[in-house]
Amino acid sequence: MGKPAVIIIGAGPAGVRAAQTVARAGLRPIVIDEAARAGGQIYRRPPENFTRNHAELYGSEAARAQAIHQDFAALEGQIDYRPETLVWNVADGHVWTAKDGETQAIAYDALIICSGASDRVAPVKGWQAAGCYSLGGAQIALKAQGCAIGHQVIFLGSGPLLYLAAAQYVKAGADVAAVLDTSPFWLRVKAAPKLAECPDLLWQGVKLLADLKRAGVPVLTGVEPVEIHGDPQSGVSGVTVRHKGASKHFAGDAVAMGWHVKPEAQLADLARVPFAFDALTRQWLPQSDAQGRAGNKVYLGGDGAKVAGARSAEVTGELAAMAALADLGLSVNAAVDADRRRWLLSEKARYVRFAQGLAQAFPWPHHMVAAIPDEAIVCRCEAVTAATLRASVQSAHAQEANRAKAFSRVGMGRCQGRYCGHASAEIIAAARAVPLEETGRLRGQAPVKPIPVALKRIDL
Amino acid sequence: MTPRFKRLVETDRPAVSLTVDGRAIKALAGDTLMVAMLTHGDALRTSEFASLEPGDGRRAGFCLMSACQDCWVWTADGHRLRACSTPVEEGMAISTSQPEASWASLL
Amino acid sequence: MSQIVKSDVAIIGGGLMGCSTAFFLAQRGISAMVLETDKVGRQASGTNFGNVRRQGRPIFQLPLANRASRIWRNARELLGEDVEYLQGGHIRVCFRERPENIGKMEEYAALAREEGLDLELLTSNALREKFPWLGPDVLAGSYSASDGHANPRLAAPAFARAAARLGANIVEDTQIVHAEKQGEDFLLTAKDGRRFSAPVLLITAGAWAGKIAGWFGETIPLTPRAPTLSVTEPVPYAIAPAVGVMTPDEVETVYFRQVARGNIVLGGSTRAPSYPDDYRAYVLPQNSMTQFEHLRRLAPALSRLQVIRVWSGIEGYTDDSLPVMGPSAKVSGLFHAFGFSGSGFQIGPGVGETMAELIATGTTDIPIAPYSITRFVDRD
Repeated sequence: MGKPAVIIIGAGPAGVRAAQTVARAGLRPIVIDEAARAGGQIYRRPPENFTRNHAELYGSEAARAQAIHQDFAALEGQIDYRPETLVWNVADGHVWTAKDGETQAIAYDALIICSGASDRVAPVKGWQAAGCYSLGGAQIALKAQGCAIGHQVIFLGSGPLLYLAAAQYVKAGADVAAVLDTSPFWLRVKAAPKLAECPDLLWQGVKLLADLKRAGVPVLTGVEPVEIHGDPQSGVSGVTVRHKGASKHFAGDAVAMGWHVKPEAQLADLARVPFAFDALTRQWLPQSDAQGRAGNKVYLGGDGAKVAGARSAEVTGELAAMAALADLGLSVNAAVDADRRRWLLSEKARYVRFAQGLAQAFPWPHHMVAAIPDEAIVCRCEAVTAATLRASVQSAHAQEANRAKAFSRVGMGRCQGRYCGHASAEIIAAARAVPLEETGRLRGQAPVKPIPVALKRIDL
Repeated sequence: MTPRFKRLVETDRPAVSLTVDGRAIKALAGDTLMVAMLTHGDALRTSEFASLEPGDGRRAGFCLMSACQDCWVWTADGHRLRACSTPVEEGMAISTSQPEASWASLL
Repeated sequence: MSQIVKSDVAIIGGGLMGCSTAFFLAQRGISAMVLETDKVGRQASGTNFGNVRRQGRPIFQLPLANRASRIWRNARELLGEDVEYLQGGHIRVCFRERPENIGKMEEYAALAREEGLDLELLTSNALREKFPWLGPDVLAGSYSASDGHANPRLAAPAFARAAARLGANIVEDTQIVHAEKQGEDFLLTAKDGRRFSAPVLLITAGAWAGKIAGWFGETIPLTPRAPTLSVTEPVPYAIAPAVGVMTPDEVETVYFRQVARGNIVLGGSTRAPSYPDDYRAYVLPQNSMTQFEHLRRLAPALSRLQVIRVWSGIEGYTDDSLPVMGPSAKVSGLFHAFGFSGSGFQIGPGVGETMAELIATGTTDIPIAPYSITRFVDRD
């Protein structure tokens, strides 16, 4: 028998640290990543012919980004790296990959899912208009392509990325019309003790705010989004919010919107990892033990399991890999491993507390989502309004998310509910006047991203 | 029509030629198809449900990280490309509308 | 002890069969209660392909299918809501390597015509002119202009709501764990202890029905299977009929249809096992791949489309793939309508109307002898 087959999905900070750990144990893991270059979304690299250096691209996190990129490059020859490859399904101990119109099933003895996160987005009336982008998307435009998403950009949402992306836009010379934060400022003060777990990150936040104010960008906290104005033909023209009881309008041709990120947990779901409701962030999360064991030879690392940021992802990616190796009976030195594990777990605990602080300081605006006007589109893919979703609850008696999806088509489109699932749950819960967790969660269905009917099996 | 995206940095790259709906445009090597198209135009496609839902219309992508699937465009022969994750290539011929109006006869 | 909920007829299983029977009973002024473990129409009734086709069914089933067909056509008026019934026709084709199927199609068409189903046999140019998207390996097709397709997610719940408006009692989240006949009445007990009673009991519990019938000494072996379904991105509406393949080989048995919004629903090829005890059915990726492969041959233009979702559900198959439908062989007042073996959607409303008629009048003109439970159990 050959060595155990370890598959790592994702080559962001968690996947890279997992790959390094597995390779160090003498195995040759398969590392499958959708991107052309490793780094994940956070340390995403521009194409090779771009010239900005790490400091320009990643600011205060440049050293970490560089370490991830270099350490991954150093693994060449020790891993089976498969970039630009989608894992579209996990079933019966196999991952199913798709690349260039071909698919194959690959068996694993351990599967480490480091699938990362995508923006958590609250729908706002008008958000289907061309020119609305996720906050992460706005940042990628700049980081990976050197572009702004518009000529006059409004940042709407909450969380540290709102300020970071806006400040990066200002620094790059973009016109930032406003930063509109749905969280009231006092929550930040209240969360300060937890945020102090990462003092340098807390300090960066303070600095970003100062940078924005210095640049003359209006920064409003505690806003309530009313409408993204625009035209079905020409796209976004501005945003109206309520602030301190008054209506405020900002003109702009682009909106970057986001409320933190949420795990890309679809593969964990297909791998039949159990989920549990997280009351603090109001979402269902895949479950694993502290080291990332999720059962059935599946391990979870990074923000794909629970969002705690890139630094935490490095830690949890390594932990997940160590757990997988231990379960495969491949611990090289139990005493050294135990020390390392203890340190990683304490680091993880610190990042989790920090993430809890962020969740408290910049909460998901569930009241606003629940109160979204009937005419607003909730599901962008299928262009389904809140009215249609509410009707599926009130007239057709859908009581949970999957049933409401079956009747209203919310979550039935190309993105599989990634960008409307959380909002849809809030709207259903409000329509039924029950706690959010009683509305269930949208079950994952393959493929996690579209696959062509032309897809051909090459492993038979 | 005003282009949607604005280039801020990294503009010193070789040009790449392609067509969008038959119109010739110049992009830069290393652009994604999305950036190539939106630095010349203001949308990538039209929502399939624009005629059913009055507020809906043209779309220009959303997530830029291959997750939302809102930026699929078409080649002249009907193949799909996700604009945010497809690097632009010399000579591409892109369509912002589905060729499938007559798809059934395209064998 | 809670009060016993009573009605004229108790129905265990809230799929299309149970809900439509409740509706037609209610139309006749007979009170019915539908007892559903989960939510109505969520298993086979809600997850199937959505074919409203008559051709290809056994000739003796056509009167039932014709009855159903009339209901589908009037569904909107009857139910007061849309179940997305589209009468775009249905074509059943065969491939080059099975030319003997042309003869079978002709033979079938002649018999079907006697039963009022008109089928048109199309070959070569006529076939391609009408359906230019069929692949070069397609040899011939049998076309029914009066069939079509509908939305399974909506159908059973629409019948349930319409039944409720007429006074039927739709009881969801209620798993019946025990049923017996006490004197003249059936007494049913739910998992949480609630009790229900009626002088007539109808079992329409799909893949779960064999076990329930067993409580009355009529254990029916049912094989729980899971169909392989997929749906593509929306594309401009261009394909009116539901399309299927006539072949003895299950793996080649693929079909597709386009809904009005543009998505194309893909079905057929190998079915997987399903797990009724866990309420789970999984799509096996290898089955999706063989499904795509055979669909590419059927309609090569499908190749370029993107599949955005796959799903399955729990279907109960009998050994001869015919349903069990009619009165019990052992217990008076007990009726069955289950085991539709992956072919129940089209006939569903016809089954409902027929079972209601049978329960109300004791007889029906629809031939149901081939579905008798005496195929599997002896009459007492």
